[in-house]
Amino acid sequence: MSDLNVENRAGAAPFVARPRRTAYIDILFAVIAFAVLAALPFLFDSKALLDFVIRCSAFGLFATSLNLLVGYTGLISFGHGMFFGLGAYGFGLLMQRANVSIPLAMLCTLAITALAAVVIGAICVRLKEIYFAFVTLAFQMLIHSVILSWQSLTGGDQGLRGGIKRPVFWGIDLTNHVQLYIFSCALLVIGLLLMRQIAQSPFGYTLRMIRDNATRASFIGINVWRAKLTVFVLAALFASVGGMIMSLFVSGAYPEFAYWTISGEGIFINMLGGVTTFLGPMVGTVLLLILNDTATRLTEHYGIVLGVVILFFALGLRKGLMDFAVDWYRAWRDKAREQP
Amino acid sequence: MLEVQHISKSFGGVKATDDVTLDFATGSLTAVIGPNGAGKSTFFNLITGALKPDTGRILLDGTDMAGRSPPDIVRHGIGRAFQVASIFPSLTVGETMLAAVGADQRRAGVMHRRFPLTETRERADYVIELLGLANKRDRVASALSHGDQKLLDIALALVLEPKVLLLDEPTAGMGTEERWRMIEKVHELWVREKITVVFIEHDMDIVFKIAPSIVVLCYGRILATGTPDEIRKNPAVIEAYLGTDEHAGAL
Repeated sequence: MSDLNVENRAGAAPFVARPRRTAYIDILFAVIAFAVLAALPFLFDSKALLDFVIRCSAFGLFATSLNLLVGYTGLISFGHGMFFGLGAYGFGLLMQRANVSIPLAMLCTLAITALAAVVIGAICVRLKEIYFAFVTLAFQMLIHSVILSWQSLTGGDQGLRGGIKRPVFWGIDLTNHVQLYIFSCALLVIGLLLMRQIAQSPFGYTLRMIRDNATRASFIGINVWRAKLTVFVLAALFASVGGMIMSLFVSGAYPEFAYWTISGEGIFINMLGGVTTFLGPMVGTVLLLILNDTATRLTEHYGIVLGVVILFFALGLRKGLMDFAVDWYRAWRDKAREQP
Repeated sequence: MLEVQHISKSFGGVKATDDVTLDFATGSLTAVIGPNGAGKSTFFNLITGALKPDTGRILLDGTDMAGRSPPDIVRHGIGRAFQVASIFPSLTVGETMLAAVGADQRRAGVMHRRFPLTETRERADYVIELLGLANKRDRVASALSHGDQKLLDIALALVLEPKVLLLDEPTAGMGTEERWRMIEKVHELWVREKITVVFIEHDMDIVFKIAPSIVVLCYGRILATGTPDEIRKNPAVIEAYLGTDEHAGAL
């Protein structure tokens, strides 16, 4: 992972920052991003592009939520993908079997995810780094095997087949591809905005303190365990939304969504994009998906290409792309300042 | 104020703290001295909840703190700074103070507002000024000098407005001149803030000059307590701790 102890942080959150104004800037940024995304289907007549953005939404929410754990709290989870899988299966099953509306199914899936995350988190967050990583991984594999073996419910290794119903709600028809696309973009933008708020709130700074020095945090009166559990559950909820988008996109759910490699991809995305900036994982998501799509098209040895790229980032740059960009920008700005 | 009654702590067969009973009066300034391995840091760890005492009571204004968790004890009013500056390397001085005040006001879990909260600013500012860190407010903690990191560590404890402030070797790792500056700062804080301060110190010159009362620990037990004059004349102390030539000069 990249070095979190940046020497010079003059660019970030000066002491006299106006908190409320920074919130408005984020909202403005989100509105513009959403407007641009929503305009894409009218500018380009490309189903592939829309598919790409939908997948970016699903994985972007997942990877950014993982960064709340990895980058902000210092909790390296290797099992975060279980909540992505839980979101996809929970939502898919509810839509197939329970005959409920889409918003209700989403809410119920979030409730199920929260419950699972509270139980799993309560066990995991007390553990020290490496044990935390492995026990979360173990839970991921447990959930994956349950999905595989509970054939009557989940369809086993075939996944949830036969498609899911998408009844119209609030005038939104998700059987329409463009509407599904815009719905995904909306979930992405809202999700990112909420996570940004969490990261920049007093709670977000509590997480940073725990990452930096959990012992000291407890000696200024912070209940470290409770804060870690809270962020673990919150991150799980956003990952679950990512899974739901994926479920809507493929119209079902497959065991791969809950396999440990999803968690691995999340970590990979965070390394690609960088964990010291909020949007690092989002950049990493776009990079990975482009890389994924090109590499699989050009060669069978997809794994080797990804391996080389990860080595380049881990050993060569020693940080993610966004970290690199931020450092470069700061160097440029400091240079510009020196010249009168 | 703070009464420690018969606390003991063993690690394996070694008694790190052995039946220690002490009474720190409100507004007192006490130095804890003793040779290496005397159990000074263990004593602090027991009071602040980092370690749980095997036996005994730790009364803060009559409430027993023994065996409680560090956050719980901090909220009751026992703040501490560490021998090796314990800070948040990636946060700036300003952010550190604002976050600490927020935690003290039970706002560490607030998510619907942005950091920093306006109601934390005044107290954070006050302590930053008090410790002379005002011009380093936007500096990242990891980029501070050793002395400033120690000051920031103390500021972290002080900003919680503790009733009792425990300083584990505030001058650790400093040169002679820096030591004196640091200890003058501590003395100034004690005078201005009127809190109960207990500090661990190795430098005898400093201890005898600054501390109105002194506790001498040796092998986990209390060897002596008293004013600098009493400690200087105490035969047990001279023999066990101050008897060597280098320390005799200090007497």
